[in-house]
Amino acid sequence: MNGTVNDLAMSGARPLCLTAGFIIEEGLPMGDLVEVARRMGLAAGRAGVRVVTGDTKVVERGRGDGVYVNTTGVGLVPAGIDVGGGRAQPGDVVIASGTLGDHGMAIMSVREGLEFEAEIASDTAPLHGLVAAMLAVCPTVRVLRDPTRGGAATSLNEIAAAAGVGIALDEATIPVRPVVAAACEILGLDPLQVANEGKLLAVVPADAADRVLGAMRSHEHGRDAAAIGRVVDRHPRIVVMGTGIGGTRIIPMPLGEQLPRIC
Amino acid sequence: MKHLAEYRDADTAQRLAAEIRRIVTRPWAIMEVCGGQTHSIIRNGVDQLLPPEVELIHGPGCPVCVTPLETIDKALAIAVQPGVIFCSFGDMLRVPGSRENLVSAKGRGADVRVVYSPLDAVKLAREHPDRQVVFLAIGFETTAPANAMAVKLAARQGLGNFSMLVSHVLVPPAIEAIMRSPGNRVQAFLAAGHVCSVMGTWQYPPLAGRLRVPIVVTGFEPLDLLEGIRLTVLQLEAGRHEVENAYARVVSERGNEPAQEVIAEVFEAVDRAWRGIGVIPASGWRLAKGYREFDAERRFAVGHVTAAESPLCRSGEVLRGTLKPNQCPAFGQECTPRTPLGATMVSSEGACAAYFHSGRFAPAGS
Repeated sequence: MNGTVNDLAMSGARPLCLTAGFIIEEGLPMGDLVEVARRMGLAAGRAGVRVVTGDTKVVERGRGDGVYVNTTGVGLVPAGIDVGGGRAQPGDVVIASGTLGDHGMAIMSVREGLEFEAEIASDTAPLHGLVAAMLAVCPTVRVLRDPTRGGAATSLNEIAAAAGVGIALDEATIPVRPVVAAACEILGLDPLQVANEGKLLAVVPADAADRVLGAMRSHEHGRDAAAIGRVVDRHPRIVVMGTGIGGTRIIPMPLGEQLPRIC
Repeated sequence: MKHLAEYRDADTAQRLAAEIRRIVTRPWAIMEVCGGQTHSIIRNGVDQLLPPEVELIHGPGCPVCVTPLETIDKALAIAVQPGVIFCSFGDMLRVPGSRENLVSAKGRGADVRVVYSPLDAVKLAREHPDRQVVFLAIGFETTAPANAMAVKLAARQGLGNFSMLVSHVLVPPAIEAIMRSPGNRVQAFLAAGHVCSVMGTWQYPPLAGRLRVPIVVTGFEPLDLLEGIRLTVLQLEAGRHEVENAYARVVSERGNEPAQEVIAEVFEAVDRAWRGIGVIPASGWRLAKGYREFDAERRFAVGHVTAAESPLCRSGEVLRGTLKPNQCPAFGQECTPRTPLGATMVSSEGACAAYFHSGRFAPAGS
């Protein structure tokens, strides 16, 4: 639900309604199906969208693995709003709406049975309210992305490629929870490559950056928002990060799933 | 963050770099042995702080990079057998064998699992008595104690369904082989801190004396690396060739003696083929006599599997430091991180992969 709502929000649209297609394995307990539908209803209510139509298909036992639900959404892009990866321009500011890598590390610590001293919480959330608050103070927001699978590194490389620009990040300004940073160190992962939910990246004109950051920080899903870098005309199509000790490194497009390293 | 921020302090890093600039008078080629050090150097941009006189050559200390093609093919031959659960560290999964890698084998139905510790594989063997659980034991001296413990534990618990495909490699013989290889350019080594945390530093003084080469035991954080480089340059400039320890907060002279004992009990030295380099005498470990029954090569009869490297791949020269990745004709052409010919392009610690990403700034020849 949040995934589809956020896909709409990242194109600048106000989500209106969703469809739901159920693929159900024969023998699925009715109670499970009711619970799935109930949770979808709750999520729709929170996001302020309606599920207006749907369909069910039942497949033979052993061919469905329980239930799959596919959602499609329709939204309305307000007049004058034009958000897209190709619109980033040199001089623009890159903003992250909050700490990066929380979701992926939460999943990994559960899946792999890793226990850290502090719990890492997942952060799935609908983001169209945050987007609306941003567009209200800056209708010329250029790019919005929710950096899910592949993490911020993927989204930023996509933006750099689509707009033919470079992106220069500053490691010291990138919000990462200490426990996530520590878990990434242990597993040899890069927080920029770890999946997020309920977070967005934005590219906005420099003169609007403070205004947008202010609006984001007063919204519940943007409290930790931070400017993390700039769009530049140097090194087109490449994302570069200034490191904490004063060096630089390239942030490449991640290849496939991140795999923990041996050393 | 406690214990990390301290070793990444920008001011101290700049001060150490300035000190290195002050003491250096001519060009020096220093090899960092360990892939973890290469990774940290690239990740933090440590090399960019160094004066042009100091050249870092990325050594063969990435276990993923030097594991022979043959071992990968043996792993694949075992992994696709029915009833096998094949366990590996994550970064071995994408290393190409002759025809495919473990990820594609998994896609075809093989039960391939990433584990963080060999003891997890032992646990799987206990939980699945009806399956054969195989662990791909690669790495340097650092990973050997845990692998040895896993075998001991399996033996103690009588787990007849656990075995190991062992391809362990050792640092000191590799240092010797590099120094004696034709066209060698390496003048000093940053020894791998984690290897020495297990093995101590006692193995190295005879090597430094015999080869007349400075060896500085070095850690992995930016300040550790810069301090190791500073001590190395001081030695080179003074014409000394000693063993120094720039990682004393972790490494002692005697090392971790219980770990060394368990290694000596479970493993024995063997000539080992290094991918791209060839066979180095007594440069690896295999299971010792008392533990042969846990040898996956025997249990699954894959001893006959052989493999030939791509004729285009020159990773051996890269690993010896005689060829820069972007001087290889296949670099960025037939060989990219998506279609790697050799392991140095696969591993995130591999020199070719590191160059591919940063080499876009510095095309071949520059």
